[in-house]
This record gives sequence, C-alpha cells and structure tokens, in this order.
Amino acid sequence: MSEQTNKGAIRRFLEASPDSTGKTLFVAVALCLCASMIVSAAAVALRPTQEANKLKDKQINILQVAGLYEPGMDITEAFGASFEPRVLELATGRFTDQFDVAEFDDRAAADDPATSIKLDEDPASIGRQSKYMTVYLLKDAAGAVDKVILPLHGYGLWSTLYGFIAVEENGNDIFGLQFYSHAETPGLGAEVDNPRWKAQWQGKRLTDDSGELQITVAKTAPAAGKEFHVDALSGATLTSAGVDNLVRFWMGETGYAPFLANLKAGDI
Amino acid sequence: MAQTRREMLLDPLVDNNPITLQVLGICSALAVTSSLKVALVMTIAVTLVTAFSSMFISVLRNQIPSSIRIIVQMVIIASLVILVDQVLKAYAFEISKTLSVFVGLIITNCIVMGRAEAFAMKNPPVASFIDGIGNGLGYGLILMLVGFVRELFGAGSLFGVTILETVNNGGWYVPNGMLLLPPSAFFIIGLLIWAFRSWKPEQVEAREHKIQVVEAH
Repeated sequence: MSEQTNKGAIRRFLEASPDSTGKTLFVAVALCLCASMIVSAAAVALRPTQEANKLKDKQINILQVAGLYEPGMDITEAFGASFEPRVLELATGRFTDQFDVAEFDDRAAADDPATSIKLDEDPASIGRQSKYMTVYLLKDAAGAVDKVILPLHGYGLWSTLYGFIAVEENGNDIFGLQFYSHAETPGLGAEVDNPRWKAQWQGKRLTDDSGELQITVAKTAPAAGKEFHVDALSGATLTSAGVDNLVRFWMGETGYAPFLANLKAGDI
Repeated sequence: MAQTRREMLLDPLVDNNPITLQVLGICSALAVTSSLKVALVMTIAVTLVTAFSSMFISVLRNQIPSSIRIIVQMVIIASLVILVDQVLKAYAFEISKTLSVFVGLIITNCIVMGRAEAFAMKNPPVASFIDGIGNGLGYGLILMLVGFVRELFGAGSLFGVTILETVNNGGWYVPNGMLLLPPSAFFIIGLLIWAFRSWKPEQVEAREHKIQVVEAH
C-alpha cells in the first residue's frame, strides 16, 4: 500500500512540469550532489597514481640531468641506488635534519612564512624563496660525493621554469641543466628542452678564479671567457634572459653559493 | 529528424563539420595542433566528452528546467571534463603535461555546448550519443589535418618521428617557426574552409548584403 503511494509520488514528480520552482531547486541540488560525488570519487581514487607519476617524472629528470638515464630502466630502483636526498639550509650551506626528507616539499615551504623569505631583490621573479631546499647527492662507489643535483626555478616569458642543475664535486663545474616543467612557446622558448642546447651546459664553470659568479646565458661570450658562456636561444630572447636570471640567482649568495663554497672546501 | 544513425555519425565529418561549416571550437583548434600526438589525444577527449555529455543530457532532457538548462548542461560537461583530466594525469602523464590547460578548456568548447543545446535536448539518448561521437570526430578530423601541416613543416616531424631533418639537429630543413605559433592555424583552417567549400559549393552561405551599383545623379 505504502509502496504504491510512493510510486505514485515519484511518477507525479517525474511528470510534473520541470519549470516549477520546487523542481528547479530539486534538479539543481540533486545534479550538483551527483556531479560532485563522481568528481571527488575519481580524484580520490586516482590520486595515488597521479602522485606516483609526478614523483617518477621528477626522478627521471634528476637521472637525466646527472647523465644516468636510459630508456626502459627501473626508475625507482635506479634513483634509490644512486641518489641520497638531503634537506639543505641555504643561508648556511649545511644540511639540516629538522625535516623528514621524504616528507619535505620545497614548494609548500616557499609558501609558508615560517620557512621562507620574501625577496626584495628578485631577478628570478619567484616572490618568496624557501629557506630550505631538497638537494640530491650522487655518490661514487667509495661513498664520496661525485655530483650534486640542485633544484632551481624562475620566470621565463610565460611561465615559471622548474629544473635541476647538476654540479661536479668541485662545486664549480656544471655537468648539466634541465627543466622538467615550463610552458614556454613551442619551437622557440621551449627549445630549452632541445638536447643540443642542453649539451652546451656540460663543462661550463660557475665562478672564475677570484670566486666571482660569471656564468651567463647570452648572445655573445662575456669578457671572462667562453667557459662561462651558454649561447642564448635564437627567437627566445625573454626565455633566455629568464634562464640567465634564474641560474645566476640560484648560484648566487641568496642561492646555493654558501653550499657550493662548502662543497669546494670538501666540507659538507 | 529523419536522419539515419549512419548519417548522424558521418554527416559532421564533411557535410556539416563543426569547424569548417559551423566555425565552432576554433580556439582550441589553434592551441593544440602544434603536434599530432597532442591533437590526437585532444580529439579523443573531446569526442568522449561530447558523446557522453550529449547522452546524459538527453536522458535528463524532460526533467531539466528550462530556466537553468545551460547551467545543468555545464555541470554535466564540466564533471566529464574533470574526469578526463584526472584520468589523463593518472595514465598519460606526459601528454597531460603538454595539454595542460586545454583539457580544462574543453568545458568552454562551443561544439560540446552546441550539440547539447541543439541536439541532445530534443533527441533520444542513443541518437545523441552517436551525434556526439560524429561531431567529436568531425572536430578531430580538422585537428589532425591542421596538426599534420603544422608539425611536418613547423618541426619536421610527424607524431614526434623526424621526417625532415631540421637544421637545429644538423639536417637540411629550415623549419617554418610561424607554423608552431597559434596564428598559423588560422591560415590553415581558413584554407581548409576554402577547400571544403570549393568541393561542396552548397556549404557557401548566402550573402547577407550585396554591393549594388547606384545610379549617379
């Protein structure tokens, strides 16, 4: 009996004019609820896969910048076997154990006033800089540091470029530079991904013998000499200027210079 | 609506193409056609979203209040687009990096909205689904044609495989950089519309205004 009245109610409801106020409200609320449930279910169900993808992408880039990447290799295993991640305090150039390195997130730290500083002089246009960064140490068989992989980022023409620079154990010779996330113009600024352009970075030096930062991305070589010069990308003046600014910023005093000085002294 | 299902599927490819005849969805056609791989993924994404959104809207068509019908359509389309975006991020990470915001912008693609409003609100679910597939494929056909020209002559490759060795990589081909920039797609789509309308003159619209010779006094 009650079932029949129920059925009647549903049918009456379905056959009612969809334009009544009650039905309009009902459809709006019901649809929003259904849609939000489907969307959030998908987001929650797929998040672990997405996080794993992001992590893997970062690890591939670290392997690539260190020259260790081969297609088809087991990324997680190769990464774990080669690299030791550490959280670095930029101002002192010393490692710190106050954060769990597996949990520490540079980008979140840069947004948190407690762990970041607001930059007054900001050539890389990053706004706030984290006081701590996760760096990756590549060690040789004997356990000595062979290369360090340092994250850096800064603004190009359209987007913030995120990348890694690999520096040799002497704290001055560059092994490679690579960006893993940017949205520069395809064919022009996006040529920062061109292997031939990236290959230029290998063997360049950061500072001259007096310790002055000389590395530059420019059209012509600076007076200091060719070993400090990476040719700018043609047709991508502003992206090149952005890369120049961000590399010089991160390799400078507010960036990794204290750490690189410690590395040079063999004291890390 | 005496269209057969076959017609519904094939009509939007040439005779009633959403881009060349209706001139809809131009914005994303400019943005995602610099390489074929991206264009293909975008084609699949738009086809799925158009088909399923048309189907769901058609199922609900007698219950949707006319005062909020556009918003209801948007909610359904937006939910499907978010699903596609999440799936791409989980299973095709590299491509989702290249497509970036353009997957999200499928929500505002006029083709999806156009089919929902013009077809799905008046037709049964299966027909709407087929119509959505057809229009998605019609959009995709143009995307692939434009992408073919842009990637081949702009970057010297097809699907990322080098066909013409470019000077940057030590070859002989000087790529046309303009083809990699969005404006070039305007020219290619314009030429395609011209070609389609020369082939099928019935697609040419009647002039709204005519220049007349007025007798001088």
